[in-house]
Amino acid sequence: MYNKNNTLFIYCVFYFAFLYIPVLLLPIFSFNDSFHMVFPLKGFTFDWYIQMWNKSRLHQALFNSIKVGIIASVVSTFIALFAAKAFTRYKVKFHGLSYGAILLPFIIPEIIIAVALIVIWTSMGLKLGLIPVTISHILFCTPFCMLILISRMEGFDKSLEEASMDLGENSFWTFWRVTFPLLLPGIIASLLLAFVISFDEFILAFFLSSSDQTLPIYMWSQLRFPKKFPHILALGAIIIIVTSLIVMTAYWLRNLGQGKKKDFSIGI
Amino acid sequence: MSTKNYIKIKNLSKSFGDVEVLKNINLEVEEGEFFSLLGPSGCGKTTLLRILAGFEYPSEGEVFFDDANVTSLPPNLRPSNMVFQNYAIFPHINVQRNIEFGLRKENLSKAEMEERVENALKMVQLEGYENRYSNQLSGGQRQRIALARALVKQPKVLLLDEPLGALDKKLREEMQIELRNLQKSLGITFIFVTHDQEEAMTMSDRIAVMDEGNILQVSPPREIYHNPKNKFVSQFIGNINILDADLKSIANDFISISVDGFGLMQLKNHKNIIESDQVNIAIRPEEINISKVSDSKYDCNFKGKVKNISFYGESTYFYIQLDNSEKILMVSTNESKETFSENDSCFVNFNSTNLKIIKD
Repeated sequence: MYNKNNTLFIYCVFYFAFLYIPVLLLPIFSFNDSFHMVFPLKGFTFDWYIQMWNKSRLHQALFNSIKVGIIASVVSTFIALFAAKAFTRYKVKFHGLSYGAILLPFIIPEIIIAVALIVIWTSMGLKLGLIPVTISHILFCTPFCMLILISRMEGFDKSLEEASMDLGENSFWTFWRVTFPLLLPGIIASLLLAFVISFDEFILAFFLSSSDQTLPIYMWSQLRFPKKFPHILALGAIIIIVTSLIVMTAYWLRNLGQGKKKDFSIGI
Repeated sequence: MSTKNYIKIKNLSKSFGDVEVLKNINLEVEEGEFFSLLGPSGCGKTTLLRILAGFEYPSEGEVFFDDANVTSLPPNLRPSNMVFQNYAIFPHINVQRNIEFGLRKENLSKAEMEERVENALKMVQLEGYENRYSNQLSGGQRQRIALARALVKQPKVLLLDEPLGALDKKLREEMQIELRNLQKSLGITFIFVTHDQEEAMTMSDRIAVMDEGNILQVSPPREIYHNPKNKFVSQFIGNINILDADLKSIANDFISISVDGFGLMQLKNHKNIIESDQVNIAIRPEEINISKVSDSKYDCNFKGKVKNISFYGESTYFYIQLDNSEKILMVSTNESKETFSENDSCFVNFNSTNLKIIKD
């Protein structure tokens, strides 16, 4: 028994090391006073962070990514909200089939979606840029939002909406006073997760963005020049911290009020 | 109490797909009445209640509240309020705001609102719970809040969907009395759905016994108990012995009938039985006495053997195997018949006037 636990412990250490050591190298080297990412470390510096601060193309890329991320997350959450409501609340025709169809972008390789979209977009004679990137991100994010919202709505007690109707509210006010506040944590979680997915996304953006770079595309483009490499490390370090915070908030919110019911009561 | 019929249900049917859950229901409920819909699960009682609330619409037929046709009125426009089986307390707002929920349209001042909430809480004896949330309340407290939230709207009809089902026995019995008192003091109509016959018996002015989408009998509790219309009702309400019987002949006011275990008997035909009717003979366990020797106070005496004895405290049940039948008779008594033990031979005695003739 003891031995088994010990083996499991070692396994866990290796597992986490495998997962996070490469990622941790980024912040470490972002303070290293050298163009090259090799040990031993040379000296401590903030230069790369300062350099990053002064790159206007980086600012433009960051702004593009945020813009795309916000639109994509709002639209895909909006679509997913209604789809999730339909799947959890009503008997949908061809339930399994349509459920599968909506979750399909999960499984289709991104590159296939990217190629398909670029073919359609250019054959319609439209210009590549942030608009097709945003559309592809909506497509890509919706299934994730669906999964979050469906799990939130499955725990939703239908009699709460009925109680609201019974107490005199019509469907609009029932949605506004009961359904929406109860789903709010799920909606926020969906928004945050979709934003992070869009913010990170590379393949679709690479194919469809043309000269309007998003942040991942900008980072990739800088890798070709060794002198420009270190400030990408600094940027990477910041992105790691910010995105992990966002994802953690999203999960925390998703589970908020859904955890095991605590009963503080003392009886009558 | 007024005898005006407040709720009228006319020729109401409801189907879900191919399944007909309510079959041509006709029912009238008086103003200020405590009316129970009683039946086993799946009998359609909850569907009928949900139709009254407006959550379901009937496939056929009409519903009237105070002579106004409300059949197609949505729940928010009906003068009824409901206490849900799971109470449906809004978890994101506290007790105060739960109770205020239905008062939004009444444009009350803050003070008036607070007074209404306070009175409602006083009514259900939960003063001082304004700031609690649903997950900080026990089942019984949630039930009271649900009641307060519905009653604060001052409805004409209160619909209750098995509200006591989730409570433990003692609390349930307390709440039965409280609900009954509340209903009497407010004088509003209560429609109470339950599968618990004791609950229905102790609280109701009248009970409608339902089975498979039909209303079998609508009567006050005593009437249902002593004069059940058919076999299902007799078995659903309280314990009863049902004996197979074979109708021999009908002459004047009497019928001649061969009863399993009792032999040929002459009984008064008080139910207008005709020769083609399939009938059973029934008798309540407490209407039978048990004795060591035959007792001439009773006009019926049959010999048997004590198979089992169940002691319930306030009463004792004897299960008696009749000598000339396979039938085991239930006999209950609240006297201490300690002289009997299992496998003793005994006599069961009763008056033939207590035998009920029951149609199938």
